[in-house]
Amino acid sequence: MSEHAEHDTNYVKIWAILLCLLVVSILGPFLGIKIVTLFTAFGIALVKAYLVAKNFMHLNLEPRFVVYLLTTMLVFMLLFFAGTAADIMKNEGSGWVKPVVHVDVQAPAHH
Amino acid sequence: MAEPIPAEEMHAHDDHHHAEQSFWSKYVFSTDHKMIAMQYMFTGMAMALIGGFMAYAFRMQLAFPGVDVPGYGTVTAADYNALITNHGTIMIFWVAMPVLIAAFGNFLIPLMIGCDDMVFPRVNRLSYQIFLLSAIVLIVSFFVPGGGFGGAWTAYPPLSAKAEYNLTSLGSSFWLVAVALEFIAFLLGGINFVTTVMNARAPGMKMFDIPLVVWMIVVASILFMASVGPLIAGAVMLFMDQNIGTAFFDPDKGGDPILWQHLFWFFGHPEVYVVLLPAMGITAEIMCVFARKKMFAYKTFLYTTFATAVLSFTVWAHHQFIAGIDPRMANIFTVTTLLISIPIAEMCFIYIATLYGGSIRFTTPMLWALAFVAEFMIGGVTGIFLGASGADIYFHDTYFVLAHFHYTFFPIAIIGSFAGFTYWFPKMFGKMMNETLGKIHFWGTVIPFNCIFIPLFFLGGIGQHRRIYNYQHFPELAGPEMQDLRIFATVSLLVMLAFQLVFFYNCFISWRKKEKDAGPNPWKANTLEWTTESPPPHGNWTELPTVYRGPYEYSLPDREEDYFPQNVPS
Amino acid sequence: MRPIANTRSATGIPTGRLAIWWVVASEIVIFGGLLVSYIMYRIAHPEWSEQAANTNVWLGGLNTFVLLTSSLSAVLAHKAAVEGDGPKAAKLLYATCVGAVAFLVVKSFEWTTEITHGYTITSNTFWSFYYTATGLHGLHVIAGAIIMLIVAQTAKKNLELHRVELIGIYWHFVDIVWIFLFPLLYIAK
Repeated sequence: MSEHAEHDTNYVKIWAILLCLLVVSILGPFLGIKIVTLFTAFGIALVKAYLVAKNFMHLNLEPRFVVYLLTTMLVFMLLFFAGTAADIMKNEGSGWVKPVVHVDVQAPAHH
Repeated sequence: MAEPIPAEEMHAHDDHHHAEQSFWSKYVFSTDHKMIAMQYMFTGMAMALIGGFMAYAFRMQLAFPGVDVPGYGTVTAADYNALITNHGTIMIFWVAMPVLIAAFGNFLIPLMIGCDDMVFPRVNRLSYQIFLLSAIVLIVSFFVPGGGFGGAWTAYPPLSAKAEYNLTSLGSSFWLVAVALEFIAFLLGGINFVTTVMNARAPGMKMFDIPLVVWMIVVASILFMASVGPLIAGAVMLFMDQNIGTAFFDPDKGGDPILWQHLFWFFGHPEVYVVLLPAMGITAEIMCVFARKKMFAYKTFLYTTFATAVLSFTVWAHHQFIAGIDPRMANIFTVTTLLISIPIAEMCFIYIATLYGGSIRFTTPMLWALAFVAEFMIGGVTGIFLGASGADIYFHDTYFVLAHFHYTFFPIAIIGSFAGFTYWFPKMFGKMMNETLGKIHFWGTVIPFNCIFIPLFFLGGIGQHRRIYNYQHFPELAGPEMQDLRIFATVSLLVMLAFQLVFFYNCFISWRKKEKDAGPNPWKANTLEWTTESPPPHGNWTELPTVYRGPYEYSLPDREEDYFPQNVPS
Repeated sequence: MRPIANTRSATGIPTGRLAIWWVVASEIVIFGGLLVSYIMYRIAHPEWSEQAANTNVWLGGLNTFVLLTSSLSAVLAHKAAVEGDGPKAAKLLYATCVGAVAFLVVKSFEWTTEITHGYTITSNTFWSFYYTATGLHGLHVIAGAIIMLIVAQTAKKNLELHRVELIGIYWHFVDIVWIFLFPLLYIAK
């Protein structure tokens, strides 16, 4: 087990990068541009997840099939989305409309 | 590459002190995979009796509506709904899965791969305990105020979510909790099985030397693990809709009941392959042994299994063709559904090719294995009608569907289980079962089975819809030609149930024999479980085996014996 | 009472670690199912942004910071375990547990604030998802912390040090789930 490869990683450095990414993702929405927010929110989430998976979980040192296994699970989730979205994500189709109900909340909006 | 096992490894197991075990630690709190297998087996069989009794009660109601059922009483509409719901739920989750996967998997896996137990014996025990709890919760659900859940095993909301519709506010929550607990038990068990087979094989056992039944159980476990997640999420959501008043599936408040259907069937379809694969594995083992012939195309069989497993994730919405899903999706799911019949058909061809030219012994297990293929194929081809969305518009929710899935599930859960049980009984208990009684039981089960369900195809074809407790309420379905078929089916069920007494009698007298007459290898089979005593001792072997070849080397021309066990050095 | 089976490793990965990856794989589809359902509903209900505006991105960000830091201490614990230093690994695992507690404290404060403002689990399906997702995640945090304590107790005595890595992998997974929950529930409004 290539343990020396594990400890070449400076875990604190990775942590610092993660925190910087966190700050960027929080500040993203303040720019007001929706597409930018999407990148800063979800793009950064993907990068963070990759960093944790690679450096903390040492996925790069595990046999390949572990990565294939986890990726397959993610692919199944995409498959689920692909098969279900047509029905759930839309509010109307050919000849049908979903009743979209607005439920009022009794509380004042609060930031 | 076969290396001798180091001495430390061989004796390490003896080191831990085996004092005389108390009743509780030997039978109740055991961590031994064989005992846990027995626990699952007997719980599964007990649940089969309950599920079978339910079938008796509702079939009597259908044949003789309004007449008190002997041993049950009056079957009201609510009773009927609870009976059919729990019959389906029990048979799939508390009979097929525990017997085919948990019982046979637990018993066979360490023995067939040549190790002394599962890699996590205590997690194994925990998984049974959670499973037992799930069975208890389900049974309790029948006795709570309001009675058992009656919203069908598919539990579609809003019926399953709203107490004012299902009238079983407690029962439906108990049902859901029971199912969720069963899922957790099988997740734990599955991880144990997969890790054990991946890591703990005997020295020399390469991946393609693993017996097919072990492969099938492993693939089934992986399939289960990969597909049950969304339904666990869905079950949490449904539970909250039932009890807290959330609106995940409530269209009145912005939810969508179709989401539940997708979450359910995304699991529900792979689930049928989860139970199918072990039954196919059992059949493969039996056929090779009793045809004295190697599996026709082991690797192809395996790759086809993988293809089936992957494809099984792409077909689920064929259960929802008329639920109002997007018709373009229906087109896609029709194509994938028709496609998935191909690998399964290929596996059936491989069985036939395995038998061809073999030296066939019609022992009881072999009869069950042959019946499995024949009956399952009827189920499979009728699935083609249903997979075509156009035809399904007519067939959905009719008895045609019901006959189709009984022609698949019954071979899987019942025929497959009897095949495995009669085949491995000598190994489990050290005694041979009576062949004559076995054959009487076989014919007394299989012939009535066909008599029950063939009429149901015709009834479905002429318009009898499902989940109706009294067809006399529907003038177009109440005629004597239809009612006669219903009575015929019910009487056949009674005959079939009566013949199960032959099985229990056979089990009883065989188990009670004074002498262990089976010996280690009564069937002259190759796989590793037959190289140790019957029943195997704690630790399975005193010396763990080494493997030198694959499991299906039968009838080799240059050998005197017509079998060549895996652990015999050349 | 470890069977011989447990010591074998035909794949090269120790059985414990192999098992943890399978646990992570099955958890991916559980959370995945829940989150895919949420994403589809969220896209179908643009009016949920009124509700979503009321999650507190600062507290959510604080919790992200807490979990990331706890992941750091978890991986440093693994490094200590690999070096054979059981007591140090145990201390770092305890630190990770402190992080878990901090996470739960912040979360309860968040939830209390939201509930007292009328954003209950039944007030709107957005909130139903919010509480269910963060609640399910929180349950996994609690379970992870408990197991971590047990592992730390044994590791302190320099026993079963391989388990430090295993609970670490589980913990990093819990962290990654939060890494996706945070933008879904707090940023993408």
